[in-house]
Amino acid sequence: MTANAWIQLGLFLAVLLAAVKPLGWYMARVYRRQPCGLDRVLGWLERGIYRLGGFDPQREMTWKVYAIAVLLFNGIGLLALYALLRLQGILPLNPQGFPGASSELSFNTAASFVTNTNWQSYGGETTLGYLVQMLGLCVQNFLSAATGMAVLVALIRGLARRSTETIGNFWVDLTRSTLYILLPLSLLLAWVLVSQGIVQNFSPYQPVALLQPATDADGKPVTGQLLPMGPAAAQIAIKHLGTNGGGFFNVNGAHPYENPMPLSNFLEMLAILLIPAALCYTFGVMVGDRRQGWAILVAMLVIFVPLAASAITAEQMGVPAFTALGADQDAGDGQAGGNMEGKEVRFGITNSGLFATVTTAASCGAVNSMHDSFTPLGGLVPMWLMQLGEVIFGGVGSGLYGMLMFVIVAVFVAGLMVGRTPEYLGKKVEAFEMKMASLVILVPPIIILVGTAVAVAGPGLRYNAADTGEIKDNLNNPGAHGFSEVLYAFSSAAANNGSAFAGLTANEPFYNTALGLAMLMARFWLIIPVLAVAGALARKSCTPASAGTLPTHTPLFVVLLVGTVLLVGALTFVPALALGPVVEHLQMMVR
Amino acid sequence: MKEQLRPAITVFVLLMLLTGVAYPVVVTLIAQGVFPHRANGSIIKAEGKPVGSELIGQPFTDARYFWGRPSATKPFPYNSASSSGSNLGPTNPALLDAVRGRVAAIRKAHPDQTGSVPVELITASGSGLDPHISPAAAEYQVMRVAKARGMDVDAVRQFVAAHTEGRTFGLLGEPRVNVLRLNLALDKRSE
Repeated sequence: MTANAWIQLGLFLAVLLAAVKPLGWYMARVYRRQPCGLDRVLGWLERGIYRLGGFDPQREMTWKVYAIAVLLFNGIGLLALYALLRLQGILPLNPQGFPGASSELSFNTAASFVTNTNWQSYGGETTLGYLVQMLGLCVQNFLSAATGMAVLVALIRGLARRSTETIGNFWVDLTRSTLYILLPLSLLLAWVLVSQGIVQNFSPYQPVALLQPATDADGKPVTGQLLPMGPAAAQIAIKHLGTNGGGFFNVNGAHPYENPMPLSNFLEMLAILLIPAALCYTFGVMVGDRRQGWAILVAMLVIFVPLAASAITAEQMGVPAFTALGADQDAGDGQAGGNMEGKEVRFGITNSGLFATVTTAASCGAVNSMHDSFTPLGGLVPMWLMQLGEVIFGGVGSGLYGMLMFVIVAVFVAGLMVGRTPEYLGKKVEAFEMKMASLVILVPPIIILVGTAVAVAGPGLRYNAADTGEIKDNLNNPGAHGFSEVLYAFSSAAANNGSAFAGLTANEPFYNTALGLAMLMARFWLIIPVLAVAGALARKSCTPASAGTLPTHTPLFVVLLVGTVLLVGALTFVPALALGPVVEHLQMMVR
Repeated sequence: MKEQLRPAITVFVLLMLLTGVAYPVVVTLIAQGVFPHRANGSIIKAEGKPVGSELIGQPFTDARYFWGRPSATKPFPYNSASSSGSNLGPTNPALLDAVRGRVAAIRKAHPDQTGSVPVELITASGSGLDPHISPAAAEYQVMRVAKARGMDVDAVRQFVAAHTEGRTFGLLGEPRVNVLRLNLALDKRSE
């Protein structure tokens, strides 16, 4: 890594950590229903929603009712988005006249946005009109994020309360997350992003002349470009803040209209980790011991920083074959150097590697460079971060509730070692909690490994092109890298991440269906056990700490937690990673 | 379950209107009011006609122009209506063949350059629309452009320097040259 790379990484972390306390404190006020300032301005909206919804915001729910509310709400979202995509052809605000999406693509995209995955099987500027972008995708960007935050807050209440049946009211948590946290932050960010050059309009695509006419693949002359337009900035703001990551345009944050400047890039990366990091502090406040939140945040950083440095280093070292063929990949005054295939000059190596780590540590999935063209080890970092279960910051809400499941396992392992009943925050961790935590930790790896195995056994290798009926390859790369493309796709779906080794042709029936199902299972099969843990913990009384209690805010516990996360991730995925990126790395070095 | 149905539908519809209609409309109003140039695509106009966007690259092959990055968009390079990277991995023979061909083409067009070719000139950008090259990649082409335009080499260098942006606040991103703006400026000078 160059000196400037360390400075950019350090600056990023410093700004992120400076925002943790104020935002975390503010969010704790929002969820404890204390005055937070914005309720004075928007309180009438909040009360209006409760009144029209016909429910009493003071009435709390048991975990089962809470889970039913989550599923019902997301089911409605899924149907609404599916309908919008199918009916696009007859809906207004579609200046390019795009037709309705196919049933598999609509299912995949609806599942993808409702689960906060935002996997892009669609092509942005070539598939979707403005109404579907706004009323479909933008809405789910907000609501899937708010759902994750609500579930987390329910789990925190389970830990903080004692001897009660209820864990909060989903409608209240959902509404307050959207109104007081996501909307104001998005408005602010969208405004700054427009100033950097992200488009925000309702105009049709704009034709401009080319300075030097070109010829296309068939030898026909081309004299102009068609610049894509649309209400992009609004959606891109929440795309990052809600760790969603679905692009307004096909190439996502590599597109100059989606991420035009180094400053927009910095803010987009910051927005991805902002809420997940601050929620650790919120957690500390709500359980009445801030050190607990800091300990978890430190554990996340301990894994994040070395992986970010690894990705940047691997990309900076570049591709030996490029040098052999006569390219200059050295970093110097005049150029960033390194492996620039699939990267933009304005971001260079540092910001491409850092963005890739940020977006896969969080379950965002936005990209500002093409991960498929990364060096094998540079591509291994984002893939493994997803396979760790998206708990290193993770998605808004979902990252921390996933991490708290790892905490339960870590506490349990520690309890076994010293032969005492494990406790966390005064709550005894018993068989039921362990079963649920194990489910949360085991479901995604099963989906990833079984899905990849099925796909590479045959169904995911070739497909019939919809227009010509021709049989085509799904994989864009041969050998080990082709396997990595499939492994990455299922990792991304089962981590609700959404980034891709995008050479894989996934907009065809097998992948649209398989990945759509993987995303839904990975989201809701985890949310239900998490809420069950919340209910079980809330019911328990508090055991006073004694000399035998393992403190969970110490460096020792941080090490234990990091060890648990890494061990589970390594034991599960090293064989699969060895077949993909590791083999490819050896091939690249020997060639 | 039935009890939750009404809140589910009402809350969904209301939040949908708020986040899917009110929010983007408010952002558009602010954007169009405060940053109309940016919000509408940063389009460059010459004599009232749109000649490109300062953020979207264009394809150049003429010896009189500075060339940008290779582009993987289809069916022609820098097709802004369909952004795309190559998505070729570093061990893919197709990528290595492409790089070999690009190195040969660049070397042929720059007989006076003997060193290695700056890596951005032989690798496709992620978007296929990258508007920039590095200062090193621009310097590599200076002699060729000067010769083709019959200009003094140092005069061309001055144009490059005037169109080079450093890191934001001296820290963020990478130094870069905007190819379209540089070429427009060169054309304007020769008129």
